[in-house]
Amino acid sequence: MYPIIRAEELTNNIFLMEVEARRIAKACQPGQFVIVRTDENSERIPLTICDYNREKGTITIVFQIVGASTDDMSKLKAGDAFADFVGPLGCPSELVTDDIEDVKKKNILFVAGGVGTAPVYPQVKWLHEHGINADVIVGAKSKDILILEKEMEAVAGNLYITTDDGSYGRHGLVTKVIEDLVAEGKQYDVCIAIGPMIMMKFACLTTKKLNIPTVISLNPIMVDGTGMCGACRVTVGDEVKFACVDGPEFDGHKVDFDQAMKRQQMYKTQEGRAYLAAKEGDTHHGGCGNCGGDK
Amino acid sequence: MDVLKKVPVSEQDPKVRATNFKEVCLGYTKEEAMEEANRCINCKNAQCIKGCPVAINIPGFIEQVKLGDIEKAYQIISESSALPSVCGRVCPQESQCEGKCIRGIKGEPVSIGKMERFVADWARENGIKPNGAQEKINKKVAVIGSGPAGLTCAGDLAKLGYDVTIFEALHKAGGVLVYGIPEFRLPKDAVVQKEIDNVISLGVKLETDVVIGKSTTIDELMEEEGFDAVFIGSGAGLPKFMGIPGEQTNGVFSANEYLTRSNLMKAFEENSTTPIMLGKKVAVVGGGNVAMDAARTALRLGAETHIVYRRSEEELPARVEEVHHAKEEGIIFDLLTNPTEVIANEDGWVSGLRCIKMELGEPDESGRRRPQEIPGSEFVMEVDTVIMSLGTSPNPLISSTTKGLETNRRKCIVAEEEFGKTSKDGVYAGGDAVTGAATVILAMGAGKAAAKGIHQYLSE
Ligand SMILES: Cc1cc2nc3c(=O)[nH]c(=O)nc-3n(C[C@H](O)[C@H](O)[C@H](O)COP(=O)(O)OP(=O)(O)OC[C@H]3O[C@@H](n4cnc5c(N)ncnc54)[C@H](O)[C@@H]3O)c2cc1C
Ligand SMILES: Cc1cc2nc3c(=O)[nH]c(=O)nc-3n(C[C@H](O)[C@H](O)[C@H](O)COP(=O)(O)OP(=O)(O)OC[C@H]3O[C@@H](n4cnc5c(N)ncnc54)[C@H](O)[C@@H]3O)c2cc1C
Ligand code: SF4
Ligand code: SF4
Ligand code: FES
Repeated sequence: MYPIIRAEELTNNIFLMEVEARRIAKACQPGQFVIVRTDENSERIPLTICDYNREKGTITIVFQIVGASTDDMSKLKAGDAFADFVGPLGCPSELVTDDIEDVKKKNILFVAGGVGTAPVYPQVKWLHEHGINADVIVGAKSKDILILEKEMEAVAGNLYITTDDGSYGRHGLVTKVIEDLVAEGKQYDVCIAIGPMIMMKFACLTTKKLNIPTVISLNPIMVDGTGMCGACRVTVGDEVKFACVDGPEFDGHKVDFDQAMKRQQMYKTQEGRAYLAAKEGDTHHGGCGNCGGDK
Repeated sequence: MDVLKKVPVSEQDPKVRATNFKEVCLGYTKEEAMEEANRCINCKNAQCIKGCPVAINIPGFIEQVKLGDIEKAYQIISESSALPSVCGRVCPQESQCEGKCIRGIKGEPVSIGKMERFVADWARENGIKPNGAQEKINKKVAVIGSGPAGLTCAGDLAKLGYDVTIFEALHKAGGVLVYGIPEFRLPKDAVVQKEIDNVISLGVKLETDVVIGKSTTIDELMEEEGFDAVFIGSGAGLPKFMGIPGEQTNGVFSANEYLTRSNLMKAFEENSTTPIMLGKKVAVVGGGNVAMDAARTALRLGAETHIVYRRSEEELPARVEEVHHAKEEGIIFDLLTNPTEVIANEDGWVSGLRCIKMELGEPDESGRRRPQEIPGSEFVMEVDTVIMSLGTSPNPLISSTTKGLETNRRKCIVAEEEFGKTSKDGVYAGGDAVTGAATVILAMGAGKAAAKGIHQYLSE
């Protein structure tokens, strides 16, 4: 069992939990993920590692309720425990594994959408700790579902917040902010975009126009997370990749987003959709209501 | 009684079992087993033993069955096999022990597998357990993977007194025995879990949710956690796909995904919270044991199910018994047929499988006649689910993260056959990780051999 040290609702339907998992806390790097099970009969749910504390042996996850399993998870309190918590899975982010001197020379832009702020955070934090300040755009549908603003502020170079409804920060979608920043004279060598599929797709279309190489992090349906089932397969360029072992981060300009979005719908039943419409609705940035589990 | 024929074993009626997940074969009663035992002529130079990869003293245990001393029979089997109730069920006996039996020359061979199963089930039901170590040896061994290879190696080492820990990537131990082979051939709670409990009762520690190569590495286990030796029994779990257009369409699964969701995640149970897509018409591509298992699972979940295989019935790599069972249950075999494209409807779901008819030409390297396309014979099969069952290969997670561990062209770990020694000092390997996808009994045999190798290494 993996005890939950801290559990809080960050905002409407988005939860943060700090969980004791010594092996993972020792081995993990930004960009990797875990798979968790609430109890003996639960689905195996993949979640990005949002923070880690090697001394305490803990991992922090942030998740949004989008269906039955995440709803069950949200009911856990500090003192409860997950039945299973396995990882770290997937490859670390390239920024972490590339030669640090090369990374230092780059102007880096992060684009986070909705709960995608959570997986972006450990990368920005890691860079900050290594003396690199990256710009970060955080997009949310409205002010009340913004998460980790203070934490991000502390580690980002410049933080640009935008809301779809203009209730906070800039007004408009993240793609507009990317364009605005470049128009204001900013230059970026690499962009990392993490959020709902639809947001990543459009962010990639924008950065492609602007000639900024872009990395995205995919969240397909998974079962084992070790390369055993092939459920997580995605087409990148002309190659089929398993997101759990080859990813989850890929060259965003090569990913077949339309296929990935369709595959994500696989287990969505009519029931699931209804649940989603009722529960999720406005936490989605990008607002398609159709992208399944998003980060 | 016809001495040329096996004592028949009762099975669930095909029509009934096609709609449930209960075990197909019900096994012998004690009377039936004793009657069958009488068919064995206790050969001096018993050929059957040569057919068994772990060389069970077959006439020896059968002799005890004849006498009705089942406990003694169990002890004889246990000298060579750690998982008899599993092997008695899933070994390809017709090509192993029974394939070599003298009785088979004129009539049917002795039903060795069914008797072995009876003996093992009897022992389990009567609470007979393997004996633990008398004395502890103060040395630590890590076993990676909890399939038949890992379980056997761990059990043998624990019996010798070693401090053994099994590391398993999934949330449950058992390897293919729990995630692959379906309930109706190998009951999970009643049989597999009991075998695992036996290994644990020897003092073996089990840590699930640990992916070696990710959560920690072999080098760390040896350098930081004080393990003196390591056994790798990580199997061959990486699925192959065909590489045909449309293969990423929704409704196309690997057999691994389909079976894992059904077996390990219990999707077959009513009210399961971890469901699987239920197809109405399913095509399973491939002709091995795995394909049969996927097809028979789909059938039980309510689908009209087809096996699509590019060669003819003769070349089907699956066990004869499984093909026979599949046919009885109503699986339709589309032989000499090869898929060329998966067709999707506008929602991105499978709506059909384009196939081409094949004919057999000259024999290829494998000695089997090579299938060739018949030009112009393409047609579309209307299906809503396609299950790819084209074989698996070892996962590179471990080999790519362990310094000095040699692998071959097929990504298999290189290990000496006799004792499973790899190119890295103190590291042994066996089972599907070394041979590529093979059988339970071979994996078990390799686990046993490696336990001997490790014992030798640590006794030096
Ligand atoms: C690498 C990765 C990282 C992720 N990181 C985060 C994160 O940090 N925060 C966050 O909120 N979400 C994250 N997700 C998405 C999260 O896993 C899904 O939201 C969650 O699985 C949805 O489960 P559900 O049952 O609540 O919802 P539903 O969408 O209702 O799911 C219904 C059923 O669909 C299946 N299903 C749907 N999505 C998935 C999936 N991704 N994997 C397996 N089965 C699925 C399950 O069978 C489930 O029971 C990540 C996904 C991946 C692959
Ligand atoms: C559907 C199906 C039906 C079959 N039917 C038969 C049959 O009827 N008769 C027969 O004899 N054989 C059959 N086989 C083959 C047989 O099951 C295998 O040959 C046998 O299980 C191999 O045993 P193993 O111990 O080498 O590996 P596995 O049983 O594959 O076990 C390997 C274990 O290692 C774990 N693992 C992998 N990587 C790691 C890692 N990095 N860290 C930690 N753990 C890891 C896996 O999760 C798994 O639990 C079948 C196989 C399948 C898939
Ligand atoms: S282990 Fe398999 S091959 Fe050996 S005797 Fe038993 S059934 Fe036959
Ligand atoms: S070969 Fe057949 S008859 Fe002879 S000992 Fe073996 S099982 Fe008995
Ligand atoms: S999740 Fe099974 S292969 Fe990636």
